[in-house]
Amino acid sequence: MSSAAETDTALSSSPRRRASSAAAGDHLFRLLAAGAAFLVLIVLAMVALSMLYDGMPAFRKFGWHFFVGTEWDPVTEQFAALVPIYGTLVTSLIAMLIAVPVSFGIAVFLTEIAPTWMRGPVAIAIELLAGIPSIIYGMWGLFVFVPFMSNWVDPWIDANLGAIPGIGALFSGPPLGVGMLTAGIVLAIMVIPFVSSVMRDVFSLVPPPLRESGFALGATRWEVVRNVVLPYTRTAVVGGIFLGLGRALGETMAVTFVLGNAFEFSTSLLAPGNSIAAAIANEFTEAETDMYRSALIALGLLLFVVTFIVLSLAKLMLLRMAREKGT
Amino acid sequence: MKLSRGLLAIAVAGLIGVTQVPAQAQQQITGAGSTFVYPVLSRWAADYAKESNLQVNYQAIGSGGGIAQIKAGTVDFGATDKPLSPDELNAAGLAQFPLVIGGIVPVLNVTGIKAGELKLDGPALAGIFLGKIKEWNDPALARLNPGVKLPHERISVVHRSDGSGTTFNFVNYLSKISPEWKEKVGEGTSVAWPTGVGGKGNAGVAAYVQRLKGAIGYVEYAYVIQNKMTWTALVNAAGTTVKPSAESFQQAAATADWSNAKDFDLVMTNAPGKDAYPLAATVFILMYKQPKDAARAKTALGFFRYALDKGQQAAKELDYVPFPDSVVKQIEAYWQASIHAM
Repeated sequence: MSSAAETDTALSSSPRRRASSAAAGDHLFRLLAAGAAFLVLIVLAMVALSMLYDGMPAFRKFGWHFFVGTEWDPVTEQFAALVPIYGTLVTSLIAMLIAVPVSFGIAVFLTEIAPTWMRGPVAIAIELLAGIPSIIYGMWGLFVFVPFMSNWVDPWIDANLGAIPGIGALFSGPPLGVGMLTAGIVLAIMVIPFVSSVMRDVFSLVPPPLRESGFALGATRWEVVRNVVLPYTRTAVVGGIFLGLGRALGETMAVTFVLGNAFEFSTSLLAPGNSIAAAIANEFTEAETDMYRSALIALGLLLFVVTFIVLSLAKLMLLRMAREKGT
Repeated sequence: MKLSRGLLAIAVAGLIGVTQVPAQAQQQITGAGSTFVYPVLSRWAADYAKESNLQVNYQAIGSGGGIAQIKAGTVDFGATDKPLSPDELNAAGLAQFPLVIGGIVPVLNVTGIKAGELKLDGPALAGIFLGKIKEWNDPALARLNPGVKLPHERISVVHRSDGSGTTFNFVNYLSKISPEWKEKVGEGTSVAWPTGVGGKGNAGVAAYVQRLKGAIGYVEYAYVIQNKMTWTALVNAAGTTVKPSAESFQQAAATADWSNAKDFDLVMTNAPGKDAYPLAATVFILMYKQPKDAARAKTALGFFRYALDKGQQAAKELDYVPFPDSVVKQIEAYWQASIHAM
């Protein structure tokens, strides 16, 4: 391990040999890194293509009706995906509507308001929520949360909000407890740790001089958060939100316990429904016929496409925000 | 340097040591399919492993999965709750025989109704699951149950969300006794339920029924006993009100016309006997008529002979119902005739 000897050798070899060996190593490293990146893209493309190939019979047989029909009949082999698509989108939307403000509140609390001794423990507690397996959330949802919803919350919603003309249809229905609202709330609880931890990490990275100059100018805490912290961190915040949304879209086990697995289209949030991931998980092993299997794979492809679209929209939105603000 | 060399030596020694473990001289057969039969099959496998040297490896992936695996030849036997027709069996070169009986029981969660208090008949059950009978104090139900106080509660139907042989037998019964059900919904391991929520597996249905007020669902008999659920009595084809029990299931098996069923292609629902339970169901084993490995097939048949004979006690302990002797003889004769492994 004699560094002096190594330096002597390095100095004594010709400059050209040193340069070419270094360049070769650099070239190899570039190839490996590019290879790794392309490998991911290739795997993604192969997944999409294989799902497209296996789902093609269903698309060919049902055409556009597959996206707007509500029947799912394995006996007569008539399949249409509106109910699972609607369920996936609605539960994820409810989850994000609840999770984003709550996570924002948690992040602001932990970075601005909480006393320093409290920040560590509370942050750890919230991140522990992320470690709980999703099937535990499903079981907790079914055994604890569903009775709570059906005894207290659903009847209240049905009685008070169900009568409002227009949007009342969203909130009326028998208080089963299982349904899209319950599933949305359980998903929100699962998603909050991810979104809040990203937000908190990135809020704490705002340079103190920047925040302090806001305070110095007489801004209130909320004004500093809104006008200094958020614009500085918006890319990461949007990234965190879409990370949470991605999890909510694909969540299977927790949703299948509390959503009700009913292939019925209903406008009410209190009604049971179905989601793409839950439908595939429930029915795939017993899908005996080719058309049934193909319909389920087509559903999977739809989820893939929906996730892809959502993430692309996020990217586009970020690009536009960057362009507008000139950064 | 010394430490890493030492670690390397230990790792190499460990690898060599692992490969020196003597290979166990244990035979193995594999099967896949119905979840209905899984509890008793794994108990039989454990008991049989003690007296023979056979390890039975069973994957409870559902009847549809079992059929697919045996057709693909990746397992030695498949288990299905839904029998294949003789044409389908011939096309695939498969033999089929029944193994054990269970029952499907409607369970409820209605305020004030205790286990066994309520009585339902086929048309009432069909009406409930079609969504036409919506409340528990509906006149159709009150007529069947004079003297029982039926509350003014909405009926919440619970069915299976996953494809299942239990569902198949249940909707098969409904199709037999209700032309409207047969036309609107039909039968299969997965159907388009007109109403209700879906639970995953028997456990899911049981959980939903216990949690939703006014719920009715259908689960296997073993579940009802082990979870002490509120079951209903049913009116059978002969007009008798029967309770779910080993005796009424066995009556259904005895009166079912097995001798005339080619390849045992018979679903036991709505059995004609006087005390027969209308929702008795059986699990079928599928094996190749000309197995690629005759020795493995023979070993498998040895296991099934054990199950049909000495395994009866274990089956009863797990709330399954063994076949009567007449049917067991018929099954063994079928093996001699159809499966070329003896």
